[in-house]
Amino acid sequence: MAAVTVENITKRYGDTVALDGVSFEVEPGELFGIIGPDGAGKTSLFRIIATLILADSGTATVLGFDVVKDYKELRKRIGYMPGRFSLYQDMTVEENLAFFASVFGTTIEANYHLVEGIYKFLEPFKKRRAGKLSGGMKQKLALCCALIHKPDILYLDEPTTGVDPVSRKEFWEMLKQLQQEGITIIVSTPYMDEANLCDRIALIQEGRFMQIDTPQRIRSGYSALLWVVRTNRMHSLLNDVRAFPGVDYGYAFGETHHFVAGEGFDPEGLKRYLRDLGHGDIVLYPGEATIEDCYMLLAKQ
Amino acid sequence: MEEEIVIHAEELTKTFGTFTAVDHISFDVRRGEVFGFLGANGAGKTTAMRMLCGLSRPTSGIGTVAGYDIVRQAEKIKRNIGYMSQKFSLYEDLRVWENIRLYAGIYGMHDREIAEKTDALLERLHFTRERNTMVSQLPLGWKQKLAFSVSIFHDPAIVFLDEPTGGVDPYTRRQFWEMIYEAADRGITVFVTTHYMDEAEYCDRVSIMVDGRIEVLDTPGNLKERFGARSMDEVFHSLARKATRSE
Repeated sequence: MAAVTVENITKRYGDTVALDGVSFEVEPGELFGIIGPDGAGKTSLFRIIATLILADSGTATVLGFDVVKDYKELRKRIGYMPGRFSLYQDMTVEENLAFFASVFGTTIEANYHLVEGIYKFLEPFKKRRAGKLSGGMKQKLALCCALIHKPDILYLDEPTTGVDPVSRKEFWEMLKQLQQEGITIIVSTPYMDEANLCDRIALIQEGRFMQIDTPQRIRSGYSALLWVVRTNRMHSLLNDVRAFPGVDYGYAFGETHHFVAGEGFDPEGLKRYLRDLGHGDIVLYPGEATIEDCYMLLAKQ
Repeated sequence: MEEEIVIHAEELTKTFGTFTAVDHISFDVRRGEVFGFLGANGAGKTTAMRMLCGLSRPTSGIGTVAGYDIVRQAEKIKRNIGYMSQKFSLYEDLRVWENIRLYAGIYGMHDREIAEKTDALLERLHFTRERNTMVSQLPLGWKQKLAFSVSIFHDPAIVFLDEPTGGVDPYTRRQFWEMIYEAADRGITVFVTTHYMDEAEYCDRVSIMVDGRIEVLDTPGNLKERFGARSMDEVFHSLARKATRSE
């Protein structure tokens, strides 16, 4: 049985469609990523499967429980870390954790082993008020509080937003460890590079899942002709490439530019054309799509 | 090409009690440069940026921005820079034109100039139809573009961008960088922080702060060569891992 089954969920706020017929399944023990920008509907989806708001239509079952009918049973089994810092700012680190444990009828001691690996970073500050913690520490405390009642499934809504690349990597290592302990995890992120760390991902845009699959299959299924180009004049290169016949569209991609070409695109012709425009050190080769390229291609279609 | 220095920092330091947030940093930024100011959370970026914007007095050291001293002429600096962050930019419950008018007024622009430039700006952004739209009703990507345009509406010498692209979709993020290039080509110096390491590659030069100090400062190309790294992401990881403190 799937850990999560969502069928045709729709959610509107006035004229705004937050979720537009979303369906997906998450397997037990899976690390499932929902990848997309702010405003795509990620938070609404989490709140529906966390039994906190009602969908306008569609059904959702989590761990065999219906999110509407069985919400009381289900809440005991879900750990939810919302996007915005949700802890009690005026309570200390220790008090926050004890509070969340007691709400679920347990104690810190009973489930300490679950959070030990993360809580050890917080232990030196356990008497500090949560509001006085750094961003990274708040994030770790929020994760501990979401875990302290031993949930079977964990929802993490943009846990790494605004976090530097090194701390993000550490956070993902923690998630991998939790997954090994058998917890099913659904995590959302606007950082496309984090998609590769998930077992399967859904690419979400404007309330719709554009594609659901493993990161590898999404990348290898890229359906356009992707080229990578670099010269000694990167600023003007983008517009020069865009003006060349056969080039559909192009965009900056780190130290290179990527562009999508149509049938009949002539690479040697592009090189000559760029040379004539005064570009030097021209490097041009067919590229392998990243998740970000896939996202942009799907968003265009 | 004449290299006009628009930001100059010399041994700039800020301490809070016994904690040294910014520890003797020195660097120059040239006119029209896109300068990436990187570092892990807690490395001291925000504190350094606040000093350069004239919002926080350094404990010691010298800083000049757009030719003004950051201690004695802080008010002059504020008039000659633009600022935008992901967290704070536009007023959600004001209309598009009202936001432009408010900021332009704060920067001391005259009514007629504001009116003319507003029309031109809305046209350039293809926002003419959104003139009377509440900012809260705009998609995030549009807000970011508008916020950036508003931050340089008074033609500042320098614009400070604090994580301007957080949470934005991949297309909008790139369109945003094309706007940054355009501003730089017009001679506006861009001082930008980001957690997207691909964006570090778009900067002319980047500095990386570790524990309050500027650990390296160079072009992305030179940094990658020096660290034998394939990407700025690798450079960042090899440096930031040395950090002994977090926020």
